[in-house]
Amino acid sequence: MKKKFAPLMAAVTAAALFTVTACSSSDSSEEGAVDPNEKVSLTYWTWTPNMDKVVAAWNAKNPNIQVTVNKQDGGDPAVTKLLTAVKAGSGAPDIMQAEYQKVPTLVSADALADISAEVGSLKDKFPAGAWSGVSLGSDAAYGVPQDSGPLMFFYRSDVFEKNGLAAPKTWDDYAAAAEKIHKADAKQYLGTFSANDAGLFTGLAQQAGASWWGVNGDSWTVNINDAATQKVASYWGGLVEKGVMDNKPMYTPEWNAALNDGTQVGWVSAVWAPGVLDGSAKDTKGKWKAAPMPQWDAAAPKTGAWGGSATSVTTQSKHKKQATQFITWLNSDPEALKLLADTAFIYPAANDATSVLTEPPAFFADQADYYTIAGEASKQLSPFTYGPNVNVAYSAFNDAFAKAAEAKKAAAFTESLATMQKTTVDDMKNTGFNVAG
Amino acid sequence: MSLTSTAPRKTEAPPAGSPRRRKAKRAGTPYGFLAPAMILFAAFLAAPIFYAAYLSLRKVKVSGLGLGSKSRTEIWAGLDNYTRSLTDPEFLPSVGRVGAYGLIVVPTMLGLALMFALLLDANRTRESIGKFARISIFLPYAVPAVVASLLWGFLYLPRVSPINDIAEALGFAGPNLLSADLTLFAVANIAIWGGTGFNMIVIYTALKAVPTSLYESARIDGASEMAIAWRIKIPIVMPSLVMTFVFSLIATLQVFAEPMTLRPLANTISTTWTPLMKVYRDAFARNDIYAAAATSVIIALATFILSFGFLKLVGRRAFNQED
Repeated sequence: MKKKFAPLMAAVTAAALFTVTACSSSDSSEEGAVDPNEKVSLTYWTWTPNMDKVVAAWNAKNPNIQVTVNKQDGGDPAVTKLLTAVKAGSGAPDIMQAEYQKVPTLVSADALADISAEVGSLKDKFPAGAWSGVSLGSDAAYGVPQDSGPLMFFYRSDVFEKNGLAAPKTWDDYAAAAEKIHKADAKQYLGTFSANDAGLFTGLAQQAGASWWGVNGDSWTVNINDAATQKVASYWGGLVEKGVMDNKPMYTPEWNAALNDGTQVGWVSAVWAPGVLDGSAKDTKGKWKAAPMPQWDAAAPKTGAWGGSATSVTTQSKHKKQATQFITWLNSDPEALKLLADTAFIYPAANDATSVLTEPPAFFADQADYYTIAGEASKQLSPFTYGPNVNVAYSAFNDAFAKAAEAKKAAAFTESLATMQKTTVDDMKNTGFNVAG
Repeated sequence: MSLTSTAPRKTEAPPAGSPRRRKAKRAGTPYGFLAPAMILFAAFLAAPIFYAAYLSLRKVKVSGLGLGSKSRTEIWAGLDNYTRSLTDPEFLPSVGRVGAYGLIVVPTMLGLALMFALLLDANRTRESIGKFARISIFLPYAVPAVVASLLWGFLYLPRVSPINDIAEALGFAGPNLLSADLTLFAVANIAIWGGTGFNMIVIYTALKAVPTSLYESARIDGASEMAIAWRIKIPIVMPSLVMTFVFSLIATLQVFAEPMTLRPLANTISTTWTPLMKVYRDAFARNDIYAAAATSVIIALATFILSFGFLKLVGRRAFNQED
């Protein structure tokens, strides 16, 4: 039957990938010393919509450095393709979009070049939190930050008003609001704890001051089960156990319906949330408001990130200098930043982004200070270092927290962190990484 | 059947006295005809199998921080991947889950398929109704498993499900089919819905091949329709039942698309819910194709042993009539 050979699919796919990449040759031209008049063509793998239009502006002004956009399906498939090309020794592009949490994995596979010598003082143009995503806490630069996803809080202002609530300033306020709203209408929840979205939980841990991985001398440190993350897990577990917070995953038909019919009346999300709400909660347009994140310590506001990516130069590129010139322009030049925001609909990571983002997004048309809040948030990003096996930690998160959310026990939430920590460390040790502790 | 197929072959014996040399020249011809199939088989089936088996004995070793070039080497792992796979705390529960799933799916699906086939066969004269019923029962098989799972997913999710709307309108709480107790049944239901039609067609086709004279003589002997079904039809379609059972067994061991598609919708399906999902997670979420290859080989071996073991067990009895 059609499923007969399914167990071999993994192998077949792998084999097919090898064949494909081995056949496709690199588009970068032949080697040579850097000569200002030399014409080079660079390939750029990205999945950001309309990136070709942004690149067209560069190509028009730089006849000697022509960039061709090669549209990718998304973060995961592009990473798989790049890793295969690196293994095969050819076929990688010159420039690659890399999500922050994938950067260590790619660096560890020797796919991304260290361009710290070429970028000079570019670091000053970015918030420290965003730059740590490409430096991995060292002096290296494995790319230039492109966009960032600072966490923000979104809520139904009409529901808050009806319950006599203001936007929560602290997590205590948030918990009180969640309880009040659910008590007033048993169908309404201020949010949900989604075991599907490891990225959001990571951002919440980041806000609380966690940094799950780190480099200490020549070994990695893993701190998923630290005090800060424990605090976050027991906080959300407590809300779920009390029954004032929903426990269903996000991005399901059910969740979309709940946003639209007013039973999910808040969302801890990131700067890109308006796009999602526009699709899921059309009927509630005009009723939502954006606010800064609730804080653990209102006196020292911090935020985490959910999403965002860097632009990197690959180790196979023969024109690293020109490629670096291009990605520097793309991610820090005011003209490029405006194009990125208006055409590609991303929130640029550079400090200058606030000056080009003036109009609020369509879904929040009434909120003139939308990007002021976002700008403040991105400056408050806590530094966070990702490790070389984020994927392992994330899939451990999915399984452990799905069980905990289903059990609705705060204790299960904190125990899940121990499982995540153990799975992640075991995997690293098994692969041969030096892991401290 | 066997008579008609072997009889003509005897008369086709090569004419006596054909020259030896021409025979030798022709010896290569069959290989020429076989070549395309053999090459495709080797390239797309045999090679990947051997490659998977090879990968299952390898692993990647990282040195130090694992950053920078040349810090990753592929080394010989021996049976390490197999030990890790078999001792993984998630592996045995996933096998148990698939076992329970098979106990629900296979008997229900084949029972329904047999029942529908017998019902359709019971009244051969009303061809138009039969044709309509046959197509409607078969249709779900034409729906890809992923699409079917999405469709059922909508029906399962309490908030968007019309089932729950109706239940609430009637005044009682609708079930949450994706809760911990019911998930297994929810997944099994999709497989039964999708697979019954195919198996029904196989059994029905076997029934159609039975000459009506058999039934006529049974009726003359005073057998009821029930007795005809039990004593004549079911024994005759036994080989088809055995075949559909083996297919279902293989499909059960490899259940993947349905739970994989439902997984993001609920907390109750883990990333290692079935052995094949574990393979997927290891290969694509954890970038560990070596562990994935080892688990694949284990699943392939288990499938092989179970299906051939079953065929050996029932084979002689089931195919008796054919010999």
